[in-house]
Amino acid sequence: MTNRYIFLYASAMVVIVALVLSGAATLLRPIQERNMRMEKMQNILAAIDIPASRDEAEELFNQYFTVTKIVDHRGEELEGDAFEVELQEENRKPVEERQLPVFIADVDGETFYVVPVRGSGLWGAIWGYVGLESDVKTIAGANFDHASETPGLGAEISGESFENQFRGKKIFDEDSNFRPVRVVKGGAPDDDPHAVDGISGGTITSDGVTDMLRNGLEVYKPYFEKIKSS
Amino acid sequence: MSENDNNQKEALFSPKNKKLLTNPLGKDNPINVQVLGICSVLAITVQLRASIVMAISVVAVMGLANVIISLLRKTIPPRIRIIVQLTVIASLVILVDQVLKAFVYDVSRQLSVFVGLIITNCIIMGRLEAFALQNKPWPSFLDGIGNAAGYAWVLLAVGFFRELFGSGTLMGYNVIPGFMYEMGYEDNGFMILPPMALITVGIIIWVHRYKDRDLIDIS
Repeated sequence: MTNRYIFLYASAMVVIVALVLSGAATLLRPIQERNMRMEKMQNILAAIDIPASRDEAEELFNQYFTVTKIVDHRGEELEGDAFEVELQEENRKPVEERQLPVFIADVDGETFYVVPVRGSGLWGAIWGYVGLESDVKTIAGANFDHASETPGLGAEISGESFENQFRGKKIFDEDSNFRPVRVVKGGAPDDDPHAVDGISGGTITSDGVTDMLRNGLEVYKPYFEKIKSS
Repeated sequence: MSENDNNQKEALFSPKNKKLLTNPLGKDNPINVQVLGICSVLAITVQLRASIVMAISVVAVMGLANVIISLLRKTIPPRIRIIVQLTVIASLVILVDQVLKAFVYDVSRQLSVFVGLIITNCIIMGRLEAFALQNKPWPSFLDGIGNAAGYAWVLLAVGFFRELFGSGTLMGYNVIPGFMYEMGYEDNGFMILPPMALITVGIIIWVHRYKDRDLIDIS
């Protein structure tokens, strides 16, 4: 086989493969994006303890989350659709330019605030949603997810037994100082409202969650204080 | 395994073809006997569920890749055959990933990086190189499915024992009754770490050789 044949063969192969793959990606994109939107709604709902199947997610989300807004680092409201904000993009910007989404739910007359957080675990990104009660101090629920943490170890942050620990924890202490929840290796003291148990064998992921909560919630501090004073 | 080019019709499941399907389950098992594909066995067998989806994905990719390479076998320039094989495998894996993302999103979330890892599974390229390049599509298909199944059962066995003893669950459901824990039973945290996967595979190989004496190398 001549070199010419080899070159032609390789080029043809590359073109065909490129066409097939980009064709498949383009065809499947709308379905995949819908799945991702649904999952996001599902996760936001889960942060205030409303279980929803993927199909119900959109309906329930629209029913409860009547107000969504974007705020900046001073707690001022900005224009835009909070649902479309990608935290991954925002976290690359300096704090002053970030758009911070807030999802506000009204569940039977009670107000809940859900904010997204994002950080890094051992192998890749970790992210989640933290739901706060109307006092913007007590955590109503938390929902975490990860790109590629080790199954059975770090990946357990997206398990219910880990997430449920956050319910009732506080992100401000009694003197109203910002004090986010830490994930403690070897187990948190029972009476500490600012700590939860870490995951054995998942220390770096657990530390990632601690950092994510501190960095992710701190930028909302002015906004939370505004709510408290109003 | 030379090519059968005479024109006589061979039955679809002739004894020879059946062997292609069943041999990799036992005597020619890619993991137990050829010791290929160990890396993915260590990485994804912490939980049974991930093992199952991985097994299904590998069966699909391997069957298709073998057929495609077999169809192309007379046109592939020998000097770039490895690149061609890799391109075929990688494209199939990306397709599987895209399809999973669109139609079984939850499963795809669970597998995350593992789907991509199929590309690095040396069993697939081993079969393309050793079998599909020299054989017709149908036997190649059987060979692919057979080897993938041989890989799959070991994967599931390891996943079963690791999840059972490591987390006390199967498919995420608790199976160790509560009173066992009260009596002092504890899940073995070591089971969820990769070294125990290697030891589990070792035990499976041991049992396999004990049952099938032909595999024992006497020399």
